[in-house]
Amino acid sequence: MSADATVLPAAAGRVKTASHPARGLGNPVLGMLLFITSEVMFFAGLFAAYFSIRAGHTEVINGVATHVWPPTQDVGILNPWRLTTESGALNLIVPATVILILSSFVCQWGVLAIRRGDQRTFVRAISLTFVMGVAFLLLQAYDYTVLMHEGVTLSTGLFGSTYFTLTGFHGLHVLGGTLMLAAVAYRGRAGQFNARRHDMVEAVSLYWHFVDVVWIVLFSVLYLV
Amino acid sequence: MSSINLGIAAPPRTSLLEWLTTTDHKKIGVMYIASAFGFAAIGGLIAELIRLELAAPGQQFVNAATYDQLFTVHGTLMLLFFAGPLAIGFANAIMPLQIGAADMAFPRLNALSYWLFLFGGLIVMSGFLTTGGAAAAGWTGYAPLSSSTFSPGAGMDLWIVGVALVGVSGVLGAVNFMVTIYARRAPGMHMFRMPMFTWTVLVTSTLILFAFPSITAALAMLFIDRHFGGGFFDPTQGGNPVLWQHLFWFFGHPEVYILILPYFGIISEVVPVFSGKPLFGYRFMVLAVIAIASLSMGVWAHHMFTTGQVDLPFFSLMSLLIAVPTGIKIFNWIATMWRGSLRFTVPMLWCIGLLYVFTIGGISGVMLASPPIDYMAQDTYFVVAHLHNVLIGGTVFAGFAGIYFWFPKLTGRRLDEGLGKIHWLLWVVGFAVTFIPQYVLGAEGMPRRIADYPAGRGWDLPNLISTIGALILAVGTLPFLLAVWRAMRRPADQPADPWGANSLEWATSSPPPHHNFDRLPPIRSLRPVFDERMAAEAERRARGEGAAGPTAGPAAAGGTG
Ligand code: HEM
Repeated sequence: MSADATVLPAAAGRVKTASHPARGLGNPVLGMLLFITSEVMFFAGLFAAYFSIRAGHTEVINGVATHVWPPTQDVGILNPWRLTTESGALNLIVPATVILILSSFVCQWGVLAIRRGDQRTFVRAISLTFVMGVAFLLLQAYDYTVLMHEGVTLSTGLFGSTYFTLTGFHGLHVLGGTLMLAAVAYRGRAGQFNARRHDMVEAVSLYWHFVDVVWIVLFSVLYLV
Repeated sequence: MSSINLGIAAPPRTSLLEWLTTTDHKKIGVMYIASAFGFAAIGGLIAELIRLELAAPGQQFVNAATYDQLFTVHGTLMLLFFAGPLAIGFANAIMPLQIGAADMAFPRLNALSYWLFLFGGLIVMSGFLTTGGAAAAGWTGYAPLSSSTFSPGAGMDLWIVGVALVGVSGVLGAVNFMVTIYARRAPGMHMFRMPMFTWTVLVTSTLILFAFPSITAALAMLFIDRHFGGGFFDPTQGGNPVLWQHLFWFFGHPEVYILILPYFGIISEVVPVFSGKPLFGYRFMVLAVIAIASLSMGVWAHHMFTTGQVDLPFFSLMSLLIAVPTGIKIFNWIATMWRGSLRFTVPMLWCIGLLYVFTIGGISGVMLASPPIDYMAQDTYFVVAHLHNVLIGGTVFAGFAGIYFWFPKLTGRRLDEGLGKIHWLLWVVGFAVTFIPQYVLGAEGMPRRIADYPAGRGWDLPNLISTIGALILAVGTLPFLLAVWRAMRRPADQPADPWGANSLEWATSSPPPHHNFDRLPPIRSLRPVFDERMAAEAERRARGEGAAGPTAGPAAAGGTG
């Protein structure tokens, strides 16, 4: 007989081939971590563009080409600490930021709950996270309308281009995150997660934390430094 | 034994619907491979048009504007929709079998990756149907040529969307491969027992993960520039066109290693089997792959020497360094063949062809890595010759080696050896006739990306020869197509291990059952199938039965190693 494996009848049944690691990361968690790696690189590309444009921006001041940022026409637009903006509208970027940062903690609270097997707390926490995510998006939309009203848009120069591109792509990621949270909350209500099986919850929470961290970096870069 | 399939009573599906909705990694792999060859056929026909136009000075039958579209779509299809996806197809079809898995970690995500890739390619090509024609800014899409001022047509936008889709598809695929390799290895399949091809899939996936998002970001900004009045790459608004080049090549150069590493993996599978010896320096090979991948993240700016904006010594040195691990691989393959009992099957012939042709391409690459030469050769036919030298001599030759090698595994049928040898011979000759003259043209200063050239510069004859070579390549493809056609008309009669091979995919039937393995041999080394063959032979000898029985057939023939 040759050593061919084919000689065995198909009815010999399936073999155990997939060896899920007894310990270590679950597949969805590892998959999400790797996906986040690529997302980091995506934002790195956007940030690289931002910094290169910011570093290269010069204006002629008193006859000398000088490096300035933000461009003179946009100075003071993005001051987070003022109560009202240029046009007198309420400035809500700090509350939005606080909500997003807090939502990460709420999300983690939910993760800790499901790790204990506490489904009620888990569903509540994830639903609250979802609501906070939506609130952030609404506040960002409000912020956009105010800025546009004040004459800063994607096409009013590089300040607007970079601002809306960076925050816009972040916003899209928040949107994606809220959809994932909604799915988790929905499946959680149906009782599909428990203390042993909740890889998807862990994965989505990682994504949410990632989105949060990106915002912290974005906020610091665009508003503070 | 009747196949009583209790339990899973799937509704009967027509086979077309089965293919359209499948999440089986083998089927998805085959669809990837078939679609990739489909795109190659289109890209190849475009290449023939290009060569016919250039056969003689003067305008033959395409004008300059159409010509620009042709080479842009040719380059884009060949790199992003043929060479890359073909490797992903092999990875899909073979890698889970090599590690003893039943499927990928995320089968549905896998199907999504395939469909994103397919529609990405169709979207890029659909540019030909728009009034302005397809994208015409080269496969590199350099700003400001790709801006709305210089590329106003919808073709450019379709290019952006199509390339972005294949980028996302690649990232999702890479995540899937990495998790599969991490989590679905069979018991006993340690990292350092994984076949080389699986290793290259793992390393390539890592590269994809780091490199692809850069082009996605660049494409997004380009789109914003074109449609929403952004100014990222527009110097009149304070933007920076060289920024595009950085982002593009930060993707683009790792991309060319993404296009070669899995193919090195294929060579590393084929050469030991037909040399009757284990792969020489397996661990060194793994390290070499990792070294190539790491270095490749630091060489992107060698495409930008002539912008005057990059650190020449650094990027030149890095580019030269990358030749070292590549050389290690070449020498290890040669050492694997050394004193082996060689069998000159068609897959092995492709490997030997690669050793010659790819090495020439690698040497011309080392020449270009030196800035003084690059300053002279940039944008000439020297570069065109170099890139085809490594892409055809590397990627395509290894791709064919993989097809001839794994065709029996995936279909249960074998491609005709005679036709395969004609195919191989015509391609080796056709390659030389097409591209060696282009080195000459480059050295004589003929620029790339021109639809016409003046007579009387000594460019006429090399161009004519090159066109004849391209026709040889086209004719050379026919025996391959004929072989596939004839094989598919025959019954699937191949044994599990028609070659006398080593790795796990040969332990299951050809083609494998839906769940891949009915049984797994014990995995105690790099070559579980070889071990099992040896054990069976030893047992036979112990029983005093002498030579292998009739069932052993071709499997025993390879058992000499
Ligand atoms: C039948 C074989 C092929 C022939 C005859 C051929 C011919 C050509 C020619 C003549 C050009 C230069 C056009 C110009 O600069 O004006 C070109 C460009 C190019 N080819 Fe091929 N090619 C072939 C196969 C391939 C393959 C297999 C690949 C990749 C896997 C490939 C990738 C490219 C790329 C990336 C460019 C550059 C396009 C650009 O300038 O934007 N080609 N090809």
